[in-house]
Amino acid sequence: MNRIQTTFDNLKQQDRKALIPFITAGDPSLDKTVPLMHALVAAGADVIELGVPFSDPMADGPTIQRASERALKNGMSLRGVLAMVAEFRQTDGTTPVVLMGYGNPIEAMGWEPFAERCAEVGVDGVLTVDFPPEESAEAFEHLQRHDIAPIFLLAPTTDEARIERVARLARGYVYYVSLKGVTGAGHLDLAAIADKMPQLRRHIHLPIGVGFGIRDGDTARQVADLADAVVIGSRIVQEIENSTAGTVVDNVQQFVAGVRAALDRRTQA
Amino acid sequence: MRLGTLTYSYPDNSGHFGPYGGIYMAETLIPAVEELRREYLRFRDDPDFQAEFAYELQHYVGRPSPIYHAARLSEHLGGAQIYLKREDLNHTGAHKINNAIGQALLAKRMGKKRVIAETGAGMHGVATATVAARFGMECIVYMGADDIQRQAPNVFRMKLLGATVVPVESGSRTLKDACNEAIRDWVTNVESTFYIFGTAAGPHPYPMMVRDFQCVIGNEAKVQMPELIGRQPDTVIACVGGGSNAIGLFHPYIEVDGVRIIGVEAGGHGVASGRHAAPLTGGAKVGVLHGNKVYLMQDADGQIIETHSISAGLDYPGVGPEHCLLKDLGRAEYVVATDEEALAAFDSLCRFEGIIPALESSHALAHAIKIAPTMGRDKVLLVNLSGRGDKDMNTVARLKGITL
Repeated sequence: MNRIQTTFDNLKQQDRKALIPFITAGDPSLDKTVPLMHALVAAGADVIELGVPFSDPMADGPTIQRASERALKNGMSLRGVLAMVAEFRQTDGTTPVVLMGYGNPIEAMGWEPFAERCAEVGVDGVLTVDFPPEESAEAFEHLQRHDIAPIFLLAPTTDEARIERVARLARGYVYYVSLKGVTGAGHLDLAAIADKMPQLRRHIHLPIGVGFGIRDGDTARQVADLADAVVIGSRIVQEIENSTAGTVVDNVQQFVAGVRAALDRRTQA
Repeated sequence: MRLGTLTYSYPDNSGHFGPYGGIYMAETLIPAVEELRREYLRFRDDPDFQAEFAYELQHYVGRPSPIYHAARLSEHLGGAQIYLKREDLNHTGAHKINNAIGQALLAKRMGKKRVIAETGAGMHGVATATVAARFGMECIVYMGADDIQRQAPNVFRMKLLGATVVPVESGSRTLKDACNEAIRDWVTNVESTFYIFGTAAGPHPYPMMVRDFQCVIGNEAKVQMPELIGRQPDTVIACVGGGSNAIGLFHPYIEVDGVRIIGVEAGGHGVASGRHAAPLTGGAKVGVLHGNKVYLMQDADGQIIETHSISAGLDYPGVGPEHCLLKDLGRAEYVVATDEEALAAFDSLCRFEGIIPALESSHALAHAIKIAPTMGRDKVLLVNLSGRGDKDMNTVARLKGITL
């Protein structure tokens, strides 16, 4: 069974919501990524979204753009990211890892070699921001063959017919982008999420994660009331950006632990 | 259309030109491109829309653009006769206005009051700012910080026309980064905003729609050439960055037997140097960027590499999907002209014909100048003079060591 499903099944039994932090592989430096991943788990992360840097991150705001630039400058590559997951798996066999990025590095490697290597190193899901279901048939086939979950995005602009289409293809969980905009943008409109959720649930029987605009424990807890998982990206990347090599792992762990505590207060309440 | 035993009719319903094209966009924008496709297909067959488009092209843009026989230059070269399709004489000085008018009319019908655009050389930015003023729309133009430096006169023109020009400091600070930033704006303001995309690339329906609007170039030429010389040209030549002026000239000729089609990419310092912007000629692999699958300049890891061309309008790592298909089918040939060859062609047209061409168009001209002497005097080359060179004064002066 895929680690993602196991994780969500366990959480459901405990009536807890999943915390899914995002970091860009290779940021702030190549040697910090695996320690950061372990720190995320220690802080209470349930799934890790690991960003594969791309030269042209069209859907990302300035914070994650800068993370991508730093990572590429450090020599990060798709093969390098896969090697990092292999290293992480030497001591963590249970936390699901989802690679998130743009399609072209995977196109360049080839979907079959990529999917094969994902299975080999222990990647559980893949989210390519610029590959909608319409263009994902080939990718889907290769990922499925190796039991790697294709993770799809849904947006406030997605209509019912498309939600249905994504529901048929998606595995693992579905990632609802809570606002129109790039990563790291603006404020969170909880009422709008609450309005959209019943429509999503009508078709999607997988866990639904919500991301974009979540900045702290409070907003995370409010989102968790509506969704199954909370995704935090830009705010963590900001923490990385504002830390030194000596403090980055501790700072990130502390920040994520704070969010975890806020989420768990929700369960106890 | 028939090509060999195959019918040429692209794109298919899902926006693919054979293996190229498509809609590789973030989910937030998929409904927007879908709406655009629906609306475009509706108005494409609407006589009122076509009549308004034709009216604007005639009375506002100044079409049809003439075809001019560059007789002195041809005589000097001693071979084939060079004819120029004078898109440089259009209002705003380039072919870009054809497409900007078409998309602005569509935006108006869709009730969008805010338009955005990316620009490289600034010609598409100027065209968009122009039509925004013409139709009373708010206009934001994204332009790479480096391009703002090399195309200062066009930046001022856009501002005069009431547009906001936003410098893009990320990545290589050129056209591709301006595209990234315009896409980010569109994701954020998708409901109020129409993205007037400047070239025949991007997600479906842009490659098809921009081509259709630019086909006025080739459709006119097909009528004008027989009037001038009693037949169609032997060869049509155009420069290719994204490839909108080229596809506008080429597309109506795809089914015309015996007409050779040549696209000229930016060779920069030479393809062997790696410092160029020639994905079709330089052996680039197929990849995905800005919403479509095309030949794309990238490294082994799939990261987009920085391109180089003297001409900001050609300085782009990808190319429109229909050119990719025409290359594979062998219906069009793609070659390069280097910075140096383009500059020499620029000088030649100034001196022999009294026409200052855009550096982009100078690439097409450079190839015509290269092959004309190898052909008989009875052969005819039709070159798309896609824009005028006023915007390039600073660049050319600097290369000649002159301070203006």
